[in-house]
Amino acid sequence: MANEHSMRRVTAIRNGTVIDHIPSGQALRVLEMLGIGGKSSVPVSLVMNVPSKKMGAKDIIKVEDRELTQTELDRLALVAPDAHVAIIRAYSVAEKLTINLGTEVLNVVRCTFSNCITTNLREPLPHRLKVISRDPLHIRCHYCGRPQDLDELIKNVL
Amino acid sequence: MAGLITMDDLTNEQIINILDDATRLLPVAKGELFLPLLQGRILGNLFFEPSTRTRMSFETAMKRLGGEVVNLGDIKNSSVVKGETLFDTIQMVDGYTDIIAMRHPRQGAAQYAQDSANVPIMNGGDGAGHHPTQTMLDLFTIRQAHGTLEGLKVVLAGDLRYGRTVHSLSHALTRFGCELIFASPELLKMPAEIVSDLREHGANVVETEDLLGSINDADVVYMTRIQKERFADEDEYARCAGAYKLHADNLADVKSEMIIMHPLPRVDEIHASVDSTRHACYFNQAFNGVVARMALICYLLGITVPIDVESEGGAL
Repeated sequence: MANEHSMRRVTAIRNGTVIDHIPSGQALRVLEMLGIGGKSSVPVSLVMNVPSKKMGAKDIIKVEDRELTQTELDRLALVAPDAHVAIIRAYSVAEKLTINLGTEVLNVVRCTFSNCITTNLREPLPHRLKVISRDPLHIRCHYCGRPQDLDELIKNVL
Repeated sequence: MAGLITMDDLTNEQIINILDDATRLLPVAKGELFLPLLQGRILGNLFFEPSTRTRMSFETAMKRLGGEVVNLGDIKNSSVVKGETLFDTIQMVDGYTDIIAMRHPRQGAAQYAQDSANVPIMNGGDGAGHHPTQTMLDLFTIRQAHGTLEGLKVVLAGDLRYGRTVHSLSHALTRFGCELIFASPELLKMPAEIVSDLREHGANVVETEDLLGSINDADVVYMTRIQKERFADEDEYARCAGAYKLHADNLADVKSEMIIMHPLPRVDEIHASVDSTRHACYFNQAFNGVVARMALICYLLGITVPIDVESEGGAL
């Protein structure tokens, strides 16, 4: 019931993406990580801190006329690894996408340490971050070993 | 082939085996015996930053075992100044050599080089990151003096913030159950993330600004250089650096078997009066860089060091 009620807080969308089960208070971070909002022109609906049976409270985002790509799902995994993503076409759920935060984040974000070897953009090897733990999120650069701060990482999206 | 990027690349058992190999290779390192275990092998020395002891000891280690060395030389005259990536440099040297020793100003460069190469990379220092071959020679020196690495009380003093040597060594000593005392000025304290990491791994760590009050029951005192450029003003530097100096007069009440180590170069943190005491171990430590690296190169190339080096080796 709580879920249905919270979903009704914003209107259904015809086409686009619904991102549900975002940890409470993280919706703005998700938008920043995905580069949605601000200058982008797509309509976005957002509810924050709505009751959730599973999570206690959660955020939900609905993005109209835009379907998330795999690259965007990989970025989303860093902020909301347990979010549910549904692609909506003609008011119906056409696809449910799976987010996978594995043990490594490959070519999604760049290490935030200013003296890391990967700051030379001409170096061709992939950007690799190791997921040490999911909850709390603890990520280190594969190369320099420095722990990564999520707020800093958002600025380093590739 | 796997190299040595951080001490995490070796188990405690592997560390002990390499130190055992190094012990047997001592007469070869001293030039008393010739044992050409590395004949036909070539080491690539890639030092993108200045180095004296590390570069020379890698070179000596290779040559004492009959191997050859090629050097990158002065980077001002290399392709690096033309903008060559580390990846490309490694591709080239990988084709020329069997194993690479590397120092680079960027952190993570050694792991990056290992991911680019087929031959083993030995990390000789990457920015403020790791310096595991220094740690191996430090462990060798400590075990040589005390007969064990287990459960010792080790004081690490001076610049603990920027010194990659003390970072790698602290992690390794924790794995052997040593008690660690970090003696440094507030400005140059061991980074909090490293202290918490060590504690998570069960380390018994004490942080203090009082060096002289910490040395009397220590088994090892590991000194490092405090660099003037780390301080905003000269008075602050003089005040801090003055508190982290050892003079022979300070050693009256220390344990008789306590050793004083230093990765060198020293400036004036260890007074020359200490050199003639039984505690001075830093020049022997520098020599041990050769034998520890000999054993390490053999290990990484899969070459077995004979049990009876004396009978296998020939006269020079």
